[in-house]
Amino acid sequence: MKYVDEFRDPEKARFLLEEIRVLVPQIRNGRTSTSPIYIMEVCGGHTHAIFRYGVEGMLPEGIELIHGPGCPVCVLPMGRVDDCVALAHMPGMIFTTFGDAMRVPGSKESLLQAKANGADVRMVYSPLDALQIAKANPDRPVTFFALGFETTMPSTALTVLRAKKEGIKNFSLFCNHITIIPTIKAILDSPDLHLDGFLGPGHVSMVIGNSSYRFIAEYYKKPLVIAGFEPLDILHGILMVLKQIAEGRSEIENQYKRVVPEGGNTVALDAIGKVFELREFFEWRGLGSIDHSGVRIRDEYAEFDAERRFSVPALKIADPKSCQCGEVLKGVIKPWDCKVFGRDCTPETPLGALMVSSEGACAAYYQYGDVEKIHDTRAMVKEVA
Amino acid sequence: MSSVVELAKKNGKPRHRGKVKVPTITLAHGGGGKAMHDLIDDIFLEVFDNETLAPLEDQARLSLSDMTALGDRLAFTTDSYVVKPLEFPGGNIGKLAICGTVNDLAVGGAIPLYLSCSVIIEEGLPVETMRMVARTMAVTAREAGVKVVTGDTKVVERGACDKLFINTAGVGVIREGVDLGVDKAQPGDVILVNGLLGDHGAAILNARGDMALSTPIESDCAYLHRLIDTLLSAVPRTRFLRDATRGGLATVLNEIAEASQVGIEIYEDRTPLRSEVKGFCEILGLDPLYLANEGKIVCVVPPEDAETALAALKSHPLGKEAAKIGDVTDYRPGRVVMQTVFGGRRIVDMLVGEQLPRIC
Repeated sequence: MKYVDEFRDPEKARFLLEEIRVLVPQIRNGRTSTSPIYIMEVCGGHTHAIFRYGVEGMLPEGIELIHGPGCPVCVLPMGRVDDCVALAHMPGMIFTTFGDAMRVPGSKESLLQAKANGADVRMVYSPLDALQIAKANPDRPVTFFALGFETTMPSTALTVLRAKKEGIKNFSLFCNHITIIPTIKAILDSPDLHLDGFLGPGHVSMVIGNSSYRFIAEYYKKPLVIAGFEPLDILHGILMVLKQIAEGRSEIENQYKRVVPEGGNTVALDAIGKVFELREFFEWRGLGSIDHSGVRIRDEYAEFDAERRFSVPALKIADPKSCQCGEVLKGVIKPWDCKVFGRDCTPETPLGALMVSSEGACAAYYQYGDVEKIHDTRAMVKEVA
Repeated sequence: MSSVVELAKKNGKPRHRGKVKVPTITLAHGGGGKAMHDLIDDIFLEVFDNETLAPLEDQARLSLSDMTALGDRLAFTTDSYVVKPLEFPGGNIGKLAICGTVNDLAVGGAIPLYLSCSVIIEEGLPVETMRMVARTMAVTAREAGVKVVTGDTKVVERGACDKLFINTAGVGVIREGVDLGVDKAQPGDVILVNGLLGDHGAAILNARGDMALSTPIESDCAYLHRLIDTLLSAVPRTRFLRDATRGGLATVLNEIAEASQVGIEIYEDRTPLRSEVKGFCEILGLDPLYLANEGKIVCVVPPEDAETALAALKSHPLGKEAAKIGDVTDYRPGRVVMQTVFGGRRIVDMLVGEQLPRIC
């Protein structure tokens, strides 16, 4: 495939890896601590690509990747899934959702189970598809389950603007959009943090640009490199972070220049600003409540807000106590160090956020895993079972 | 008033065959009366005409001696077909229902001989759709050299099934000396496929039309018993064959690794994929290793026979793109590992549920 295969070239990867192999011991020799260099990839898309191409296993000893909170499906709290299920079961309701949200477990049902139990749940590929369904079914309420970071926010905002313009009355959003910056800040503020640098999210940055990350470099003195999603992008991004560490710099750099403009996408940002405003706080699965980390629909567009139009239970369901998702997210422990990993918590029966979607660190380890490490854990698990 | 045509004889007396005169199938066509007989006569007997079916007894009567002449064991299988949409680029539910069951027999080393055809119809199905599907089944069966010898029709209320479900069971005979098994893979063995993977799964997803993508991907739906015959004649020591249908290549490989307690290593750069299927998967966040196929087999052969097996597959029109995609190893029994195009390695596990597109 043109414009794709070029970014998966193993020959070019060898060059990058050689440079990484030189830099890692150099950096570690200059430090008093013996711990590895920890780099967090914030975005679930990166986590997926890292496992899909086996990038982690190619890295030399002394550098470890921490798989961050950037999988919007994973960090959705169980109470919000229950709200989706309640909406889906309302009389006449057509509930529309992206595919990978279908399987996320609520406290009683997932959307997939709700569908099996009679709710009209339909998988769509864009919020505009949901609006189309609303137009085709004017006598029935149609709700779109809006979720994701700034990557998916513009298309939802534009859909609301179009619904308003066209005067469509039976369409609404159940808004669960979240924003990445306050979450990175919350991670940086946590006392048990072990991080030396970040790979910044490519798609989010395409919308918001580079400047929002400046505090990470300036205040927290951590390097961040915005990277693309092909395996060469990821290796190149890692190398750029290492170079900053080696040279004692902490800057915001852009590896993904072919897609990410410095100032972001102003049309998208305008649409977001028109339709959404920050919530005071939003609950994250595995991380708890984080201030200003979610958005809601502005009053001008209240008619499209499912939370105001319908009564949703809005119950807070606590994560199971045994889950250690928060510690995995912050890099304090590895997925296989969690007490329930692979035992009570598997992709078939996920307990914690990170086992829910293939972009979650635990599910990725469980399914694609590091061949050596995972086997021992799973063999052990089998013996126990 | 149905026009009558003399077409079959029962006990030497001429029998008149009914005609369906209405455009859609209703519950009356499942009621056991005249309408049902007209439907069976006009749609099914019209196309599946053969001497075993013609007496219209409640069961097909098959000669044992004819079968024992072909081999020493009977193979018996059943499969139900519930595809949506009923028609798709490269085939329809009828072609699937014949090819799928023929293939299930053939991968056991059997010569496929007889099939049943049982249909469950949702009221409201256009008669012409049923006729088109039945005709496709008859043509496919004839080309494949198998006979549809018994059948059943049911009509259910709207909503009780989705337009049309078909079940076909199949009987075949396994040749003497052929002994294939999922537990027979040994370290050192070589894994082959007969061609491009994932076409059926991509064609079906695309034909549902809700992706707003236009690609020319056609289903690979095909009967494979002649290809398999070519392979088994060239490499009688073949250890195992399975058609990589639901769950795709990844699922079959995991089944082999688990049953034979061996490791399997495959190479992403040797896995044959159409560039349209690759692109389709890229856009939707799907993994082609898990996409369904309807005309692809996974073969395990001893290392010394690998080249012969590859040449045999390539000599058949349905094996032109055949490739050696991996090896059986003694490393990590029960696990399938892939060397990625990028040079990394990753585990290829069974799929947990249905493959769902990722959001971003």
